[in-house]
Amino acid sequence: MPKLSAIITLISSLILGIGGVWIAYNVDMLPVSASINAPVYDELYRVLFIIGCILFIGMTSLVIYSLIQFRRRPGETGDGINLEGNITLEIFWTAVPAIVVLFVGLYSYDIYDRMGGMQPLMHDHESQVENQAERIWGGIGSGPIETSSSNNSASLPIELTAMQFAFIFHYPKGDIITGELHVPVGREISLRMESKDVIHAFWVPQFRLKQDVIPGQPTILNFTPTKTGNFPIVCAELCGPYHGGMRSNVIVDEQEDFDYWLRENSKETI
Amino acid sequence: MTSLVPKETSSESKKDLLTEEHEDFRLFGLITFLIADGMTFAGFFAAYLTFKAVNPLGPDAIYELELPLPTLNTILLLVSSFTFHKAGKFLEKNEAKQCQKWLLITGVLGVAFLISQMFEYFTLPFGLTDNLFASTFYALTGFHGLHVTLGSIMIMIIWWQTRIPYGRVHKENKFPFEAVELYWHFVDGIWVVLFIILYLL
Amino acid sequence: MTISLKPNNTPPEKLQPTGWLKYLSFSLDHKVIGLQYLVCGFLFYLIGGSLAGAIRIELASPLSDFMPREVYNQVLTLHGTIMIFLWIVPVVNGAFGNYLIPFYVGARDMAFPRLNAVAFWLIPPSGLMLITSYFINGAAQSGWTAYPPLSITTPAAGQIIWILSVLLLGGSSIFGGINFIATILKLRRPGLKLMQLPMYCWAMLGTSILVVLSTPVLAGTLILLSFDIVAHTGFFNPSLGGNVIVYQHLFWFYSHPAVYIMVLPAFGLVSEILPIHSRKPLFGYTTMVFSIMGIVVLGLVVWAHHMFTSGTPPWMRLFFTIATAFIAVPTGIKFFNWVATLWGGKISLNGAMLFSCGFIINFVLGGITGVALAQVPFDVHVHDTYFVVAHFHYIVYGGSVFVIFSSIYHWFPKFTGKMLNENLGRFHFIITFIGFNLCFAPQHWLGLNGMPRRVAEYDPQFQLINQISSIGALLMALSTLPFLWNVFQSILYGEDAGENPWDALTPEWLTSSPPPVENWEGEAPLVLEPYGYGRRDSNKPQEQKQ
Repeated sequence: MPKLSAIITLISSLILGIGGVWIAYNVDMLPVSASINAPVYDELYRVLFIIGCILFIGMTSLVIYSLIQFRRRPGETGDGINLEGNITLEIFWTAVPAIVVLFVGLYSYDIYDRMGGMQPLMHDHESQVENQAERIWGGIGSGPIETSSSNNSASLPIELTAMQFAFIFHYPKGDIITGELHVPVGREISLRMESKDVIHAFWVPQFRLKQDVIPGQPTILNFTPTKTGNFPIVCAELCGPYHGGMRSNVIVDEQEDFDYWLRENSKETI
Repeated sequence: MTSLVPKETSSESKKDLLTEEHEDFRLFGLITFLIADGMTFAGFFAAYLTFKAVNPLGPDAIYELELPLPTLNTILLLVSSFTFHKAGKFLEKNEAKQCQKWLLITGVLGVAFLISQMFEYFTLPFGLTDNLFASTFYALTGFHGLHVTLGSIMIMIIWWQTRIPYGRVHKENKFPFEAVELYWHFVDGIWVVLFIILYLL
Repeated sequence: MTISLKPNNTPPEKLQPTGWLKYLSFSLDHKVIGLQYLVCGFLFYLIGGSLAGAIRIELASPLSDFMPREVYNQVLTLHGTIMIFLWIVPVVNGAFGNYLIPFYVGARDMAFPRLNAVAFWLIPPSGLMLITSYFINGAAQSGWTAYPPLSITTPAAGQIIWILSVLLLGGSSIFGGINFIATILKLRRPGLKLMQLPMYCWAMLGTSILVVLSTPVLAGTLILLSFDIVAHTGFFNPSLGGNVIVYQHLFWFYSHPAVYIMVLPAFGLVSEILPIHSRKPLFGYTTMVFSIMGIVVLGLVVWAHHMFTSGTPPWMRLFFTIATAFIAVPTGIKFFNWVATLWGGKISLNGAMLFSCGFIINFVLGGITGVALAQVPFDVHVHDTYFVVAHFHYIVYGGSVFVIFSSIYHWFPKFTGKMLNENLGRFHFIITFIGFNLCFAPQHWLGLNGMPRRVAEYDPQFQLINQISSIGALLMALSTLPFLWNVFQSILYGEDAGENPWDALTPEWLTSSPPPVENWEGEAPLVLEPYGYGRRDSNKPQEQKQ
């Protein structure tokens, strides 16, 4: 009997494990990934999804199995077995989650580091000089991202001012002011954000990036788009009645198209 | 079957109920409450220290706090803790006259603290809304002053209730006295922390 | 020093109303107060639920067309505040705590009955105040988090009433917490050791510690916020040199533990219900106790995981990630222990059991998304989106509210002396479970794909999923009807329950239903083994070692 139950346990855990992995690789719930750290994010997401699936399906089937298998049959009286605990088992299911959680923690630390989150703030010299006295908080990717310097070593600085209920982008190079963010593909963007009134948040789901835009406290967000296209910018922090309507677009162009746009518009504004 | 009064239960069990005794845990409850109250102050202190670390004031906004008056306040409160303790000793000995005398001194010290605090408020070079430091200063000292005010009022009530022969606070019923004493020591302790954080740091 | 329990200044007998009127009076009986909490909380649940319905109607279409945008923000603020502060916190703590804790510690009442009544009677006025603020000048519209500077710039009247109301509710919560700590630690029947108490006592002890340590911080913060609004100080107002992040730290120092204040008592209640209906001892009592205390300690040091996108320094993010993820360990222990409690039992599939098992399933999912959200890189994408909304509702609705229903099914016979209809109970469970999952499971996808929370209008590509979610909400609303019908029907015509319909061992069942004013005629029973199932003839609970 113990042998049989051990085999059943082993087989069902194997099925569970494989099933979890299968689901995580076949159910895709994320939008297009369009920035350098999006694939890194998706990797973490997949690992969490695998663990989550295994845990959820495992626990749910245990509960449902117990409810069916150990239900009180008609006419049945009396109690179940007097089992008050099992130290080995309890240590086992303290240790396993602890190890899993530790693994997830270290893994996500690694992911976070690859996204540039753990590096000390390193903004381009321009904003550094400008804000010597100010304290700048960095969002994820506030440090340089490892592979960002493919064609352009320096990042492109853009200033974002958020207000009720719009995002205003300002390009220091060319002094362009626009409500839509135009960026070239494959180049690191350094977004310096500050709010005029209440807290807003800059979120591009396809970039897997979000950073609050805080009044009185500039924040920096660095990212590198990898796909051309038109992606939504969403305000994610309740900012007033029109919070839901506070949306904009980020238009990722090829370098030539972007340069053209930059030239066209800076001519007009200067 | 409505109230808690054991009168309503059967006469047999009534006997049981009335003889059931337990420890007096009212002070325990008070201590729990003071821990909670202390957490409010802890929140204020944390806010103050964070403001100080993260939001440096402009060069024109830094105000030096005068030390003599708050030092006097600290001494007033520390002495009042001592006099309260003294009053407690006399209550223990059933010497109500002496107890009342020391209580009165404690109360007067408390009021003196409040007057001195008021005086400080009126002589300070900044108002409530001048800047972050000023606001936090007034919020902290004001909240503490509120505690001292309540404490002084309670001391006066206790003082009145220890009178002979009609007072309700005496050796056999000294919980109100102990409670106010504990509260007063707590308020003193908070002041010492506040003095160190606000004036000395 | 000892004092006798003799009450010397309770109101004269004649002034204490009898019958149902006692539930509207300043009663000192912990059982009356418990039911007052429960019924009052349920009324607010219906109000908060209607507000949720309004939100789901608005979100059934991508445009903001059902109500004005300002009203929408007021509705979501009121929904959050009512559900948290007037329904879940008072009911899982106040209602069941007041009713059960004195029984469990073998006492005739709470340690401070008068404080207890005051704590309850703070709730209805503050709740009414909150609701009437909508009709006066518009309610608060900055969300239940009331982040400045939004809460400073929105109309002041509603926000001030909101602050006042939350302060009163916080006070009520603190008074309750002090009472529970004193009752559990000091009012135990002689001969009863702490490690012999039913698990709910431990859960309430842990919860009360959290209440006493964290609620005052919220109170202080809201006082500062009200200064900002009324006196134009600049604590949290950046245009006056203030710092908005400090508010978030202070707010979440309370409001993260608040999640445990809502969930730990639910854990305790489930630990009472599962052994009785599966006829098995609670598995791993000692590890359960330690995991509760572990959650309490960890719960106090994880608050900043709500602020991963607010511009916190990297070391802080790392610390709070690890600390938060580790809460999964004690929580996991509890869940495995519950499943082990079910394993090999003789399970009655009644309303109480089904809702408890529904709780386990829902909460496991909520817990998994919780661990995911604790990871900074994961959180930066889904923070403040519908993913968080889904996670949170899996914790507090799928967790706490399911447990509240489970507990009502379980203790209704004790409260009223009548049995509930179990078939209607199962029906209620099925509708609630399907409706709940239909409503909130799709919201995970919405969050991942770009729908932020607290919006009245959204990208049309999300319309279908939002409509599915709204249908789920409709089912949840409908599921209340069989429940209410069941309750009224049973109170009027229900089968008599007798003393101990579940054949349980915990002390509240060793007295008549409903129990007499002082809980027991004669001496309080000494229950040393509240979970001693399987060791005795199940038909004679009294034979237990006394």
